[in-house]
Amino acid sequence: MRYLPLTPADRASMLETIGVGGIDDLFVDVPAQARLAGPIDGLPAHASEMAVERHMTSLAAKNLSAGSVPFFLGAGAYRHHVPASVDHLIQRGEFLTAYTPYQPEIAQGTLQVLFEFQTQVARLFGTDIANASMYDGSTACWEAILMAARVTRKGRAVLSGGLHPHYGEVVRTMAKFTKDDIVSLAPELAADPDDNAVIASIDDATSCVVVQYPDVLGRIPDLAAIADAAHAKGALLVAVVTEPVALGLIEAPGVLGADIVVGEGQSLGVGLQFGGPYLGLFGCREKFVRQMPGRLCGQTVDAEGRRGFVLTLSTREQHIRREKATSNICTNSGLCALAFSIHLTLLGGEGLARLAAVNHARAQATFERLARIPGVTLLNAAYFNEATVILPRDAREVVRDLADRQVLGGVSLGRLFPVADGLHNALLVAATETTTDDDIEAFATALETVLVGVPG
Amino acid sequence: MTRYFSEDHEWIEVEGNLGTVGITDYAQGQLGDITFVDLPAEGATVGKGDSVSVVDSVKAASDVYTPVSGTVAAVNEALADQPELVNTEAETGGWLFRVTLSDAAELGSLMDEAAYKSYVDSL
Amino acid sequence: MNAPNAAGWRPAMGVAGETRSATSSGDYGLMLEEALSFELGSADKCGVDLEKTRREPASGLTRFLRKAAPALPGLTEPETVRHYTRLSRQNYAIDLGPFPLGSCTMKHNPRLNEKMARLPGFADVHPLQPQKTVEGALEVIEQLADWLITLTGMASVAMSPKAGAHGELCGLLCIRAALDARGETRDIVLVPESAHGTNPATAAFAGFKVESIPATPAGRVDVEALKAKLGPNVAGVMITNPNTCGLFEPDMHEIADAVHAAGGYVYCDGANFNAIVGKVRPGDLGVDAMHINLHKTFSTPHGGGGPGAGPVVLSEALAPFAPLPFVTRGADGCIHLVEEENRGEGHDQAFGRMVAFHGQMGMFTRALTYILSHGADGLRQVAEDAVLNANYVLRSCEDLLPAPFADSGPCMHEALFSDAGLAEGFSTLDIAKGLIDEGFHPMTVYFPLVVKGAMLVEPTETESKAGLDRFIASLRSLAERAKGGDESLHSAPYYAPRRRLDETLAARKPILVWQGNPTESGTPSLSEIGGS
Repeated sequence: MRYLPLTPADRASMLETIGVGGIDDLFVDVPAQARLAGPIDGLPAHASEMAVERHMTSLAAKNLSAGSVPFFLGAGAYRHHVPASVDHLIQRGEFLTAYTPYQPEIAQGTLQVLFEFQTQVARLFGTDIANASMYDGSTACWEAILMAARVTRKGRAVLSGGLHPHYGEVVRTMAKFTKDDIVSLAPELAADPDDNAVIASIDDATSCVVVQYPDVLGRIPDLAAIADAAHAKGALLVAVVTEPVALGLIEAPGVLGADIVVGEGQSLGVGLQFGGPYLGLFGCREKFVRQMPGRLCGQTVDAEGRRGFVLTLSTREQHIRREKATSNICTNSGLCALAFSIHLTLLGGEGLARLAAVNHARAQATFERLARIPGVTLLNAAYFNEATVILPRDAREVVRDLADRQVLGGVSLGRLFPVADGLHNALLVAATETTTDDDIEAFATALETVLVGVPG
Repeated sequence: MTRYFSEDHEWIEVEGNLGTVGITDYAQGQLGDITFVDLPAEGATVGKGDSVSVVDSVKAASDVYTPVSGTVAAVNEALADQPELVNTEAETGGWLFRVTLSDAAELGSLMDEAAYKSYVDSL
Repeated sequence: MNAPNAAGWRPAMGVAGETRSATSSGDYGLMLEEALSFELGSADKCGVDLEKTRREPASGLTRFLRKAAPALPGLTEPETVRHYTRLSRQNYAIDLGPFPLGSCTMKHNPRLNEKMARLPGFADVHPLQPQKTVEGALEVIEQLADWLITLTGMASVAMSPKAGAHGELCGLLCIRAALDARGETRDIVLVPESAHGTNPATAAFAGFKVESIPATPAGRVDVEALKAKLGPNVAGVMITNPNTCGLFEPDMHEIADAVHAAGGYVYCDGANFNAIVGKVRPGDLGVDAMHINLHKTFSTPHGGGGPGAGPVVLSEALAPFAPLPFVTRGADGCIHLVEEENRGEGHDQAFGRMVAFHGQMGMFTRALTYILSHGADGLRQVAEDAVLNANYVLRSCEDLLPAPFADSGPCMHEALFSDAGLAEGFSTLDIAKGLIDEGFHPMTVYFPLVVKGAMLVEPTETESKAGLDRFIASLRSLAERAKGGDESLHSAPYYAPRRRLDETLAARKPILVWQGNPTESGTPSLSEIGGS
């Protein structure tokens, strides 16, 4: 077995050192009836690298990869070009095969990366501080609601109808068990987001309002107005960013008054990967630092006075606080945070702004073309790189028909919001810097074809 | 002015119906360098034995239990910037909070200095 | 410290405490210092060539535009590659040597796993593509699920949890949902005092009250104490098996029977599954739910702290409550993805959703690759070698370092020592920091909490006998130095990129982000960037 260095002679000599006759003597604590006599029945034996590669490659070939066809999906996961150096660097064994930096003297590489990452996230979000990442955007969103409850000592969270429905489901699922009160506004097909409904839902018992920016339909809420309304009632504004590239072009949520900003960092450095692993971003005001979930890296000095970094404020965490921890989270998304950080280091703030401008321009070209198709209208008054178009028939069928024509043409709102009425003709379409003029034309042509014969 | 001690290593100094609470010098020595003190809200009603404050060191977070019932009258604001006062002046400038006692009889269950000293020696 | 090894090679380092003359650069040969990226970069540098768009932003967007680009300097590609390569060299890693962190299972990460995860058919697939365009991805999930079910002898598996602690939460929420379905409101979860901190944290997070169960002097769960706590308010127990002392819980079945008889469920923390994979099926021990850390037993990379993956295998009793999304092979032989849209198709009791999308797909491809490489026979050998290596360390060091449970019989995947018997003033920390100078990553220290000054060594099956012999020699040398009162150990490490770091300073006055400003011309305005 190519991964197991012990030879039969090694094993025999080690058993002798231990003083037992055979390997099963080391498993004597396992009750005899539970011990398996040999390899589990019905499972294949070990396989060569070549054989495994052949098997996995055949499975991969059954998928239609985004890069092979005109591709317009978003809804919380975006296809961006990742520079080649990013994937090369994250495969350095010293990053890839290191553990959580519990021994800081020999983990300064990981720790300095986390410090740089925290700084990048904080500056991107316009928050004072940020943590070293969480599982993904949806779980970071729930953690933000819990934190807002700790800070305000109130337990009623209002979710905008523009929040990604998976995020909303995660929150409602968790709240069912923690007994937090969640008010979920219904998604509505309107040109503008539901700012007024969100503001009207804030009362004195409200711990926070959760508003996605841009929202799941691609619209852009007026965070400053919502922040003012929330603060007037002693509530916090939690802004959720599922497309961080947008923040190269539109104002940072923290600057607009958001108290906690969470998000999905996948867009930078991390590929689509069928949904994971991704990385949750989490930034907030400095005064909340002791209430934050997740790992934090801090600057300090070593015994010779040199700058160095350590995991810090760990008394918030499960391994010390146990049942009183701020969260049960034990890990972060270290390698994805590294990829995010490298990509953002390559870009810099100016590069990110330029990337965002290109994304928006590609989206403009896409929606201008789609709007010329009879029966297709653009919903949004404003958008960044993703918006909602209204079709003359159920978008779920249209998505399937487009896939038959080798076009991945967006996400139907019917799939995202299966129980909401009146959304089924809506299609969420995203464009990025990877979207070419040919892609747009192929999409539009295919859409025209599949809509033919349907009254506009 | 009388000073009492609890088995959880809190001290309380009582003047009239106002008690000043901190952790003992022995306790701070066990905890090591204090990095942060989470203090109760002024005006909060607390019951004897409630965990009302948390003292953090690098590797531990320790609950502080109020030795008496009452209302929190004041907290030591200096600890926000100088948590190390709990190390350097545990039984003076490193006090944590003041409680307006609601039941002075509770003091009867606490130890005096001599009893606490022999209690610590027995640990 | 710089003794020749078996081949006669002698490291060229100086001895502890020796002062070296300063260099003008601050670097020492291959020991390279590295500034922050923000101190190296500038606002006018970029490592990505981007077109300059000539378009004005759409009019609807105008009022939302930011006033200035984020204050983040950029770096060109060569500078970026050098920055991160230099930083990487300040890390220890499995690729460099043994990483014997107990309960963390730091095994070799096969590079075939990385190559397979990067096939465009896996890496470049969107989670919301139409199902018929992702059948291979769903098949990966289903095949891995099938292996996990078979290896554990359980009925079902929830694949979406993002990490071990997230899997624990999933398991406990399944228990909550099952109790709700029975119309019961049991609110106590029993957790052994030796448990990993995530167990009580997770139970509390799921809304349960935690009650602690003591350990016996032999390092096992005190079964009688556990039974005494069972009752109508106990929802279940969380037991780690093999446990955090590195020992198998031989009474697992008896515990499970008692818990079931009292109406509760058995959660098993599967963090240490590597010791028994292919040898024992937890389903045969009465377990109702167990998370599997794919980044431990199934070798997906730890990546400096994640991402992990924590699928949860479930018994018949809990299977109906597994969260969405759920991949299942139907009676028609086809694979079905069950989401909110179609939960009526046999999964209407799901307790909800724990994540956006489908879980850690990139980890599923790696873990499946690992499993197929090993096969049923290879996985069994993994467990046997991991246990053999741990016992070899235990028996090779127990004469010098007290092993509190050595008389309890063989250990499983990890050997537990304590610092009792070191010279006055010497502790586990000195041994750990000394190991760094010896060129090893330290073991897990001060855990489990039930042993004072605990040192938990988990070599895994990855270490060769020669590698273990070198590690044992270093550990023995350090134990002897600490017993002999070698004061120089208190200041170790000497040869790492950093000496001991001031954690008190970091916690008292937290500095969590860089405070400086980018150099050069400041941050550009949007009109400069847009180039209209």
